[in-house]
Amino acid sequence: MAIDLPFIWAALIAFAVLAYVVLDGFDLGVGILFPFFPEKHDRDVMMNSVAPVWDGNETWLVLGGGGLMAVFPLAYATVLPALYAPIIAMLLGLIFRGVAFEYRWRTRRGEFLWNWAFAGGSTLAAFSQGLALGALVQGIPVEDRAYAGGWWDWLTPFSIVTGAAIVVGYALLGATWLIMKTRGDLAERARALALKCAFATVAAMGIVSLWTPFLEPVYLQRWFGWPTAIFSVIVPLLVLGCLYLLLKGIQLRHDRQPFIAALGLFLLGYIGIGISFYPYMVPPSLTIWDAAAPNDSLAFLLVGALVLVPIILAYTAYSYWVFRGKVDPEEGYH
Amino acid sequence: MFEAFDATVLARIQFAFTVSFHIIFPAFSIGLASYLAVLEALWLWKRDEVYLELFNFWKTIFAVAFGMGVVSGIVMSYQFGTNWSVFSDKAGPIIGPLMGYEVLTAFFLEAGFLGIMLFGLNRVGPRLHFFATAMVALGTLISATWILSANSWMQTPAGFAMNEAGQFIPVDWWAIIFTPSFPYRLVHMVLAAYLTTAFVVGACGAWHLLRNTAPRRARKMFSMAMWMAAIVAPIQIFAGDLHGLNTLEHQPAKIMAMEGHFESHENGAPLIVFGIPNSAEKRIDYALEVPKLGSLILKHDLDAPVAGLDSFPEELHPPVGIIFWSFRVMVGMGLTMLGIGLWSLWCRYRGTLATNAWLHRMAVAMGPAGFVAVLAGWITTEVGRQPYTVYGHLLTADSVSPIEAPAVGASLVAFIIVYFLVFGAGTFYILRLMARLPRDTMPELDEGPLRTAGVTPGPAASKPHGGPHGH
Repeated sequence: MAIDLPFIWAALIAFAVLAYVVLDGFDLGVGILFPFFPEKHDRDVMMNSVAPVWDGNETWLVLGGGGLMAVFPLAYATVLPALYAPIIAMLLGLIFRGVAFEYRWRTRRGEFLWNWAFAGGSTLAAFSQGLALGALVQGIPVEDRAYAGGWWDWLTPFSIVTGAAIVVGYALLGATWLIMKTRGDLAERARALALKCAFATVAAMGIVSLWTPFLEPVYLQRWFGWPTAIFSVIVPLLVLGCLYLLLKGIQLRHDRQPFIAALGLFLLGYIGIGISFYPYMVPPSLTIWDAAAPNDSLAFLLVGALVLVPIILAYTAYSYWVFRGKVDPEEGYH
Repeated sequence: MFEAFDATVLARIQFAFTVSFHIIFPAFSIGLASYLAVLEALWLWKRDEVYLELFNFWKTIFAVAFGMGVVSGIVMSYQFGTNWSVFSDKAGPIIGPLMGYEVLTAFFLEAGFLGIMLFGLNRVGPRLHFFATAMVALGTLISATWILSANSWMQTPAGFAMNEAGQFIPVDWWAIIFTPSFPYRLVHMVLAAYLTTAFVVGACGAWHLLRNTAPRRARKMFSMAMWMAAIVAPIQIFAGDLHGLNTLEHQPAKIMAMEGHFESHENGAPLIVFGIPNSAEKRIDYALEVPKLGSLILKHDLDAPVAGLDSFPEELHPPVGIIFWSFRVMVGMGLTMLGIGLWSLWCRYRGTLATNAWLHRMAVAMGPAGFVAVLAGWITTEVGRQPYTVYGHLLTADSVSPIEAPAVGASLVAFIIVYFLVFGAGTFYILRLMARLPRDTMPELDEGPLRTAGVTPGPAASKPHGGPHGH
């Protein structure tokens, strides 16, 4: 039996995107929450809690983009033109928040500018990613190996809701990260924010989940047809379970449990999207196998990925371990 | 039809603009990462605090430059899809895996160890910290290797076939990675990055020598930078010549445009030193020529025939006006850098390296020389590849996304505004950081004309950082 390389790659790309969403999710979330912490000292600690790791987190996005071009070039070549405006907006947002990490420490007079760049850039990037997600879920028409829809198709009430959902969800990841990494009054306020974000995130997940099946007949069949309808019962129950653990963790003042439960919520939402999509890469136009590059390309990169991804995970984990525990407000090279 | 053409031009301007901004940062950070690794190694070896102080000084500058490189690089990795979707679909199966390997072997390595390099000295101790610095430096070199391999494949494609969907499909990965122009391009670019950094470091050292702020560190970095200039500039000129001969073999039209040879020369071609290319009339106006020298340089034979652009159909000519000039700018910069390097050797021999104010002034003026040369060189090779994206196989006009001109134009304007604001601010911060070299913490040991009156440590130097106590 031949190895199904496109399927393996779809799983790997899905993993890279999930890694990006949860990892950059919490640093973007910290940026989104910046306006709720007006004190300079708090903001310094917040930024330092993600400064040593944000670059590695964002690299998963480059892997998602570069990897997609390598192994699903047709998906890359149709999705990016279809989502032109949100992608450009996301890139500009990421520029502002990325440079803010260094610039903010380089000036006193201009610090407020880079505070805005950090908060605004993070929020814009998150919202654009949500817009892009919503537009992808709605479906992207492809004809003759090219995007065949209109230039404003990505902007719909549904995509605005998914955009808002991602902003709120990242804020939840950011707030629970701060609970884990900070102390005192800052952590206390992060708890209060996490509580609000948790309810908002689960509500947004509910709205998007109820809306999705009515966008495409395929989704309706998936969620209400036998035997896949069984997921329609299991996934929401697990979501409620995560919400319970999250709230309990906040209430009992656990450091790590809220963050882990928030990761669980993201994982479940992601699995839900995966259930809707499979076997499509670009619904409803291209399946995983339609979009895949020739097997020689897939095999060549897979050899490297199988060796390198575990190594990357190992030294990434080491880097997190070096910076483990609460942030020391006096530390940081700035 | 006019509209499609318009969108192509706008997409090309957007790519040229974003990639030109982007290349500035890697050109600096490749060299600076290696310099930081050398400084830290020297500190660990000699235990002289001057190296640690220099390391910390340049580390902060590196962090700013690297951040700009990261965010401008992400734009590049998505721009292939947004503006060049047909190219991505067709060449993705070949270019994509090369860039995938760049991410897996280089970007993660840099990013994974950057945090430890910037923030972790007290947490991991000097030895592991040095390892992290070395990994960041290694990552920048691996990254250059893969991206130049991808670029070289577009210049001199090899090892592929076409499938029925019109895609380039891989046949021989070894041939794809090691295309004929790749070794030359890689060496030329890495040396360029080292020279660029050497001249920035040299200018910073010279500036502080002129102002006498921190003579010990200023002298150290100026001396190190001038060694690099003296050693690397001649090697670079030699490597550049080999790269040119390789280009003559594989992309002759590019060389013809660089040299301004509109016409073929049967019996020895002249070297056109200067002139004004006139593409409409197919000649160089006001040409200043040296007879036969062109053949000597290109063929190493005074009388060798040299073909001109008239041997190619006109629609396949690269734009002569741009690359005729960009090539001369690059060569001029290279020769000037060589001159500085030789001058510094002479001053070193005479013992005036730290005191020759005119050398220092010239070195300050030459601070941006590497960036100018790198940009001019890339303009030469990329514009010289036109009218193709994949040389000889895929036209630029057939590579572009089916995006309407207003969308490309709007995003271009957004990029221009944001880049000038954001990277303008970053450049300002870097220059300010360079200007603020804290005063030397220890007095000069040797007597000399440079001995300053005040050797008391300045307030900025009272920020001790790391040290061997981190174990």
